[in-house]
Amino acid sequence: MFSHFDFDVIIRSLPYLFYQGITFTVLLTALATLGGIVLGTLLALMRLSGFALLTVPAAAYVNLMRSVPFVLMIFWFYFLVPYIGQWVTFSSRPMQVGAFASCLVTFTLFEAAFFCEIMRAGIQSISRGQVAAAQALGMTYPTVMGYIVLPQAFRNMVPVLLTQTIVLFQDTSLVYVISVTDFLGAASKVAQRDGRLVEMYLFAAVVYFVISLAASRVVGLLQRHIAIIR
Amino acid sequence: MSAMIEIADLSKWYGPTQVLKDCSAQVAKGEVVVVCGPSGSGKSTLIKCVNGLEPFQAGRISVDGISVGDPKTNLPKLRARIGMVFQHFELFPHLSVIRNLTLPQIKVLHRDADEAEEKGTRLLDRVGLAAYAGKFPGQLSGGQQQRVAIARALAMEPIAMLFDEPTSALDPEMIQEVLDVMVALARDGMTMIVVTHEMGFARKVAHRVVFMDQGEIVEDAPTADFFVKPHSGRAQLFLSKILQH
Repeated sequence: MFSHFDFDVIIRSLPYLFYQGITFTVLLTALATLGGIVLGTLLALMRLSGFALLTVPAAAYVNLMRSVPFVLMIFWFYFLVPYIGQWVTFSSRPMQVGAFASCLVTFTLFEAAFFCEIMRAGIQSISRGQVAAAQALGMTYPTVMGYIVLPQAFRNMVPVLLTQTIVLFQDTSLVYVISVTDFLGAASKVAQRDGRLVEMYLFAAVVYFVISLAASRVVGLLQRHIAIIR
Repeated sequence: MSAMIEIADLSKWYGPTQVLKDCSAQVAKGEVVVVCGPSGSGKSTLIKCVNGLEPFQAGRISVDGISVGDPKTNLPKLRARIGMVFQHFELFPHLSVIRNLTLPQIKVLHRDADEAEEKGTRLLDRVGLAAYAGKFPGQLSGGQQQRVAIARALAMEPIAMLFDEPTSALDPEMIQEVLDVMVALARDGMTMIVVTHEMGFARKVAHRVVFMDQGEIVEDAPTADFFVKPHSGRAQLFLSKILQH
């Protein structure tokens, strides 16, 4: 059945696919995860602070981000960020923002909403007694959070955080809407050029599958290594 | 004797429910006071008010002359001087035993790492657990964890110690090892408020016993008097139930 397939096209385009495509995809995933977790943790702390001034905006942000289709966000941000940049810097012309920077901002802001909810659950999983013990030792809020609550919350949530990262990794393919060449974009270009659609899309699917599967295996291993002894 | 801890007309409500009613008591420097009473009588709430872990609505608490309820009081700073031991130990499970002792010293008292480690090791040795410094709390028995928790509180060099049912979550065979540490501490002259049902401990080291029921301090008497002739009916009933074995 594969007799008239030309799998050689894959070999020929490997350097392009991996040098251009995968680099973009992996870099975007890694940086957006990092930014998303940092911002998400801050949002989670805001949501749990008990001050309406902080909880209301944080909750509004999370709900907004979670109720807008992601493709729309990518699209919007690509066209909006230059103007926001212009407004912030008081410059006369829209700021020059590369496609990568635009994607990174979008993914970070969008994923932060999801990481926020994960970290919120993680923080709430730490018993009140732990906080009381830390406070009783004279620790201030930043110390309690930074050394007692967040390290434990983070460890408890590592599996969920990484699962979300795998989702993020797959979502990066959505950048096609602003014509960015990620891994899928690169595969798609080769496919159109050489008229080998089935081969290339099949190969792309296999690569996404292998990376996602390998990552979820790593999650399992990592979990056993950093789990808190109870 | 000057009062180290002074509780005056303390009242506290959870919503419409009053959980503490006009509680007054004093603890002098070096005094050991045992607080007992049926569950739900407000004993734990009372001692959690002493270091400000629980807010209160009326009355006054002062520790070493510093008012706990005063919004101007630097609570973390005051808490650093009052040790507290919890029913469920509350060691930090993600930190090794020695790190449990050194982290608060470093972050709160700003001791350098070597000094904190030396102090921590010395106190672990004092509670007989020097060999467990590198272990994690989850690898220790309940009794060992509670002794580490006591050492952790002592590392801060507190002026007083609060114990919130320190043996209630322990298996019977581990209660004694924790009580032994507490008895030694009392004999060293530590000011202590101990919420407990361990009447043997009370008899042995307590100077006074405070009996609470339904949020009120019903009886506050020297230990000998409390066991021999408690004047309130409720304390008599409580003692008859708890001492019949």
